[in-house]
Amino acid sequence: MSATANSPPQRSTQEIRRVITGNIGWVACGIALLLVIAPLIDIVGVVAYNGFSAFSLKLFTTSTKGAGGGLLNAIEGTILITICAMVIAVPIGVGAGIHLSEYGKNKLGSTIRFLSDVLTGTPSIVLGYFSYIVFVIALGWGFSLLAAAITIAILIVPYLARITELALQQVPNTMREAGFALGASEPTVVFKIILPGAASGVVTGALLALAISVGETAPLIYTAGWTNFVWHGRFTHEPVSYLTYVIWTFIDQPDAQSHALAFAAALLVMLVVLAINVGVRLLVRRTKLV
Amino acid sequence: MTIRPFRLSVLTLSLFIPAALCAVVLFLVIYSGQAILFNGLHFITDINWNLGDLYDDPVTVNGISVPSGANYGIWVFIAGTLASSTIAILIAVPLSVGAAIFLAEAVSPKIRPILSLLVELIAVIPSVVFGLWGIAVLVPFISHYLSPTGNGYGLLAASIVLALMITPIIASTLLDALMQVPRENRESAFALGATHFEVVAKAMMPMVRTTLVGGIVLALGRALGETMAVLMVSGGGINILPDSLFSPISTIASFVVSQLDSAQADPTNMSVRALSEVALVLFVITLAVNAAAKLLASGALNVRNRK
Repeated sequence: MSATANSPPQRSTQEIRRVITGNIGWVACGIALLLVIAPLIDIVGVVAYNGFSAFSLKLFTTSTKGAGGGLLNAIEGTILITICAMVIAVPIGVGAGIHLSEYGKNKLGSTIRFLSDVLTGTPSIVLGYFSYIVFVIALGWGFSLLAAAITIAILIVPYLARITELALQQVPNTMREAGFALGASEPTVVFKIILPGAASGVVTGALLALAISVGETAPLIYTAGWTNFVWHGRFTHEPVSYLTYVIWTFIDQPDAQSHALAFAAALLVMLVVLAINVGVRLLVRRTKLV
Repeated sequence: MTIRPFRLSVLTLSLFIPAALCAVVLFLVIYSGQAILFNGLHFITDINWNLGDLYDDPVTVNGISVPSGANYGIWVFIAGTLASSTIAILIAVPLSVGAAIFLAEAVSPKIRPILSLLVELIAVIPSVVFGLWGIAVLVPFISHYLSPTGNGYGLLAASIVLALMITPIIASTLLDALMQVPRENRESAFALGATHFEVVAKAMMPMVRTTLVGGIVLALGRALGETMAVLMVSGGGINILPDSLFSPISTIASFVVSQLDSAQADPTNMSVRALSEVALVLFVITLAVNAAAKLLASGALNVRNRK
């Protein structure tokens, strides 16, 4: 915009080289982004295409038979494991989050936070093997719903605690002070003021934990076992089936029918996980704007 | 001092987390005790994993009953884990650095949320679905176009799948850091006559280097412990060290899963104990890597505060 900019200055070879280097760099970065996102689109596309073409009424009404049949038992098992795991994990995780957020500004709090991070970083197969030797072998429960649910609960509690803590921290301190100034007790302030104020965050955490438990495989192999039958109502001494097991074993079978079942199971799992994650992110973004 | 029942009860709930972690470590150590005694240091250095003759009478070595001929060595799996994770990092770092730079600087703020959402969504796809995609798409591709032997399952397939899974971790860490670079730093670089790309490469990237390394180490921790996707595409090689990109491999984590059936068949329970030792080794490795990531992350924070 300056007054002397009428005649563009001659560019030296060095300048031209710098501009060209820059352009090559941008093209390389763009290609990198494409290479990162393209597999995601391919995964979703391949699973959706093969999965939808395997959908039928039979899929939801009959159980697996060998490597064929439907997915009724697996769908039911995944729902059962997830519900039981959430029932165990949500009170612990939310309680821990309350403690870390409200009373955790000390050595004990940061120690718990650190160990919680360690638990988050522990490979899920290690947790699964722990549950195998403790619940399945030592306590003699065998492959069972309870062993599977406890394993998944251990896996998701740190996430719940962390997200609850972050959500509660977002509630302004003036709200707490206003509550205490009115003479409210600590539990009243937490349950009537802070938790409702942070409800969307806590629900977000619970939904993300749910998505994790639906998609997990490795810890269940050593705890849930597998069965071709629907649940008979026993928490121990009865293996349960789950969707992710269908994915990793049926795809190794030679026939097209079991491949179709594997893709159908993958589609169901992926739909739940993607719906929760996309929904949560859109929701969080909207509440931030408001 | 008064007793506050509410504080006490949430404290108890939060103590479940350390308790669970301690229980995991404790029971793995106790259960693998006999195996640790029996294996000694050979466990780490041997390349042979042999369950022994499960139908013969067990023999007693140093007071420990084991199947005759049993020998437990996991060097092959450690090598497989290190090789696949290293190659995965080598693939993932350039991709995620490029993607993060492009997202942070070249994309308009209107579509940036959509693209970064896509990158984040890669991280939430269950690993077993990655494995399924690997079997259905990646392995046939490798066996048609790349592999000299026509075998697609192996080190390369495992590394590529791992790379895809860890890319979002590195990319979102770097993207967050790049977005936090102060405007003054960018503008002073522009004022010196730097091109846009030079501003990114020479003024912004050095500022976020520590965060980037922290993200890479975090991704490494994830890659080392990844189980299902690797199990499904790695070819499950045992007792032989990988010598090319197309050799079948096993990682520590995938090996633990693949051994479930044979471990249950062992009447002396020794292979279950040895597998417990394997899980313990995996735990120690990932703990060390994650601790390193944490130290790097806190170091990055200190540098920023000092400025």
